Amino acid sequence: MTAAETWALRVAGAVPDPELPVVTVAELGMVRGVACDGAGGVVVRLAPTYAGCPAVAEIRADVAAALRAAGFARVEVVTVWSPPWTSEWISEAGRRKLAAAGVAPPGAAPARGPVALTLSARRTAVPCPRCGARETEEVSRSGGTPCTALWRCLACREPFEHLREV
Amino acid sequence: MNGTGEDGEVPGDARWAFGTGFEDPLHGVVAELPPGVDGAAVAGVCVALADDALVGAQRLAEWVTCAPELEIELALANVGLDLLGQARLLYARAGQVDGSGRGEDDFAYRRAAEEFRCLRLTELPRGDFAFTALRLLALSCARLALLDGLRGAADPVLAAVAERGVTEVTYHRLFAAEWVVRLGDGTAVSRGRLRRAVGEAEPWLAEVLDDEVGAEWGVAPGAVRAACAADWDRVARQSGVPLPVPAPAGGAGGRAGVHTPHLPGLLAELQGVARAHPGASW
Repeated sequence: MTAAETWALRVAGAVPDPELPVVTVAELGMVRGVACDGAGGVVVRLAPTYAGCPAVAEIRADVAAALRAAGFARVEVVTVWSPPWTSEWISEAGRRKLAAAGVAPPGAAPARGPVALTLSARRTAVPCPRCGARETEEVSRSGGTPCTALWRCLACREPFEHLREV
Repeated sequence: MNGTGEDGEVPGDARWAFGTGFEDPLHGVVAELPPGVDGAAVAGVCVALADDALVGAQRLAEWVTCAPELEIELALANVGLDLLGQARLLYARAGQVDGSGRGEDDFAYRRAAEEFRCLRLTELPRGDFAFTALRLLALSCARLALLDGLRGAADPVLAAVAERGVTEVTYHRLFAAEWVVRLGDGTAVSRGRLRRAVGEAEPWLAEVLDDEVGAEWGVAPGAVRAACAADWDRVARQSGVPLPVPAPAGGAGGRAGVHTPHLPGLLAELQGVARAHPGASW
């Protein structure tokens, strides 16, 4: 990786997620790589979290604007769908920041391959990001963004968001 | 940048809704097909799956502002959003490989009902919440089985979209299945509603179980029928309301462009602004 690419990777990765601004797109694992042409041009490979995530357009625009502000004359943001983004891509730092902001980070991703329909299995408990209690329950699998679910803590009674495992 | 090869890259797109004036999503991206793969055939699969998703998303969106609970409204809207995201990628891919150069808007806004290839179950009116849950269950089980097979498709972009879609549709299926169980296992009223919903959906289920659309693309013969039969049986045993698995029906259906009278009405609303103001932006 050239010095320009290292720099571009840092600039692109430092862009905050518009829905979860406590974490950057690099911490979420969305930046898959950069390539500089040595003449002021840079191509960034970005993996969206969900195909229908409305923040994708905004993230692309933010990443492009950050790179232009950092001195790159030509910026192209390419969308990458394979290998697909999963919650495993979120870094340890990202998980710590999410928890500190009251958003419970995802647990282990579900197994790949054909997925059997399990109706009665209890989902793994998500520890409360505020008090740490394990007595929590899911209120709704869909929260205010496509990637979060609504949970509540039965100990401290506070509601919290949980970044879903996918 | 010639990006769609083995990596399964698809054209990035900053455009979110008709007329918002962003750039063409296809700029600068060369979408090569592997040698020997028929572009028109790839486009056919993409359009069928995209039409299911677009029309299904439109019906789900009809719940926004009037769902039984705010959480259900969010859930239904998010399911619709996932499907819309899948539809956009699939339309973009179809336009790349069919030689027509059409973009996602051309597929969504500028085709007549008989050019759509969606399953007829997707286009039936919204119905009540029981019908919505039951329809979502039936469609999600079938779509999951199709996408699961399409992960092995010869087109890397289609395979990548399928790979991503599997994780999303797994959630849709679980959401729908849990509600079908709660309704069937709930009160006399909810059980009655679910039974009625099953009756309304039954004539259209045979088509849902047909997997011919994916036959050349990694979907094993009978895979959709087997997966749906297993899922529906598990749900029916917990909900107490039987879910029929109809025998294959003959005759042309949604995949051949034969639709119910409900699709033109849905498209009139979906396409109204785009058709009234061609090329408009704001």
